Amino acid sequence: MSSKLILGRRVPVLELNDIRVNYGAIAALHGVTLRVPKGKIVTLIGANGAGKSTTLRAVSGLVNVRSGSIIFGGAPITNLPPHHIAALGIAHVPEGRMIFSNLTVMENLRMGAYLRKDKGNFPGDMDYIFSLFPRLGERLRQSAGTLSGGEQQMLAIGRALMSKPKCLILDEPSLGIAPILVQAIFEKIVEINRTTGVTTLLVEQNASIALEISHYGYVLETGKITLQNESTALLKNSEVRTAYLGAE
Amino acid sequence: MSWENLGQQLVNGLSLGSIYALIALGYTMVYGILRFINFAHGDVFMIGAFAGLYFHRWLSPFLAGLPNLLSALIILFCSMAVCSLLGVIIEKCAYKPLRKKGRLIMLITAIGVSLFLAYTAQLAFGATPRGFPPLIDVHTFGGGSTPAVTSVQIIVLGVTVALLLGLRFIVMNTRTGLAMHALSLNPTAAALMGVNADSAISFTFALGSAMAGAAGVFYALFYPAIDPFMGLTPGIKAFVAAVLGGIGNIPGAALGGVLLGVIETFVVAYSPNIGVSSGYRDAVAFVILILILLFKPSGLLGKPENEKV
Repeated sequence: MSSKLILGRRVPVLELNDIRVNYGAIAALHGVTLRVPKGKIVTLIGANGAGKSTTLRAVSGLVNVRSGSIIFGGAPITNLPPHHIAALGIAHVPEGRMIFSNLTVMENLRMGAYLRKDKGNFPGDMDYIFSLFPRLGERLRQSAGTLSGGEQQMLAIGRALMSKPKCLILDEPSLGIAPILVQAIFEKIVEINRTTGVTTLLVEQNASIALEISHYGYVLETGKITLQNESTALLKNSEVRTAYLGAE
Repeated sequence: MSWENLGQQLVNGLSLGSIYALIALGYTMVYGILRFINFAHGDVFMIGAFAGLYFHRWLSPFLAGLPNLLSALIILFCSMAVCSLLGVIIEKCAYKPLRKKGRLIMLITAIGVSLFLAYTAQLAFGATPRGFPPLIDVHTFGGGSTPAVTSVQIIVLGVTVALLLGLRFIVMNTRTGLAMHALSLNPTAAALMGVNADSAISFTFALGSAMAGAAGVFYALFYPAIDPFMGLTPGIKAFVAAVLGGIGNIPGAALGGVLLGVIETFVVAYSPNIGVSSGYRDAVAFVILILILLFKPSGLLGKPENEKV
């Protein structure tokens, strides 16, 4: 199977086994299983309401998992409190960005480093973030709420990187962003993955761009994984093409 | 009647206002993080006064040789510590289990906790007002043409300023302060940054309750007859002060408290000039509350709350 090929014999950094999540009486995820190998970009695509965000929220502890297990770096993290999961090295860039709009760009980045003890390395880390997103450097003392959607997304990603995560999870980075910036943001996601080697799990409605930049992809439909393969293969898959890529 | 003794009334108003300010801080900090009004806060203030009374009694033999001011400060800090602990226990037992059930349920619970504390205190300490010891030697400075300022007023104002500066330092310069701030802005984002909401909330209650405890001791120094229901009126007035300054805004609470104390004192002192009876003293706060809710609901320093997207 091609999935074996790409994963090799390495243990995945992040692994979800048959995750079930309910919102009240309504089941949002009916058994989601996926693996994110070290250093790779894995994407989860699917329609609105398929459970993509819920999957990410389960990983970072924001929703309660009814059954199944989530393993990170070999240890179970299922239903740990979110601050505990963050401390283990998972940085979640949430849907809608959730930047601290009353704080400045600088203060938001400082907040991202909340858990870190090595305050001495901040200038270097900030420089790295400004090299990725020069706009943030120009707007350092500006209130984050005054940034454009794209700049806020850059800030949300920069803030997540300030924690020096082992695993970055991104929820719909293209949402609410000027189309011209979408391509740029995704290029940066690839660049971050290449330069820092951070394992990346990406949820995206814009399936074509997500599959273009990722190594492996999963398709989520109404709370279940229906397809999975290397991203290049999924891009050619006829089901994926008609349902998510707008092909005739 | 004329507007004489303006300076004197200002000093009196500031002393009262500093007490409202200390209590208001607890309301505003808890509101900032949990978005509910902890109506049991006034009763923590009352416990602060009783703690001062009992610590004075218990510790007097050990503090006999110490200077007056030092022993008073020791009693003050012990009372603050008791209130701090009480605040944390209240939060853990009464509010934490209800945190996800909605703010209205927490609000009603807070009223229950308030009654529980007041009546438990009545059971423990009796309903009759108790005399509060002066703790420090009372001297009066000035008088005649200049305002008369008592040593108690000077010490209360000085310690209040020190407490406010200390609080400011904790909120602005420490990691826990940063966590509290993040939590008040966006609890989900704060959790994703690694902020432990439970410990930040406990810390908020500890700080706010310590301030209320200090206020309780100060209030008892000014009005040395304490009873289990003494927390009600100052508690509600401090709540008004917090709303006046902008609920959730820490400097706003301090400002609102001081303003309310000064306005209240002036209304009483100059009641004939403005044509109201001094019996309306307690109504002043509520008139201010109604006016602020009508004309500037976000308060003097508060920002209008934006809907989060």
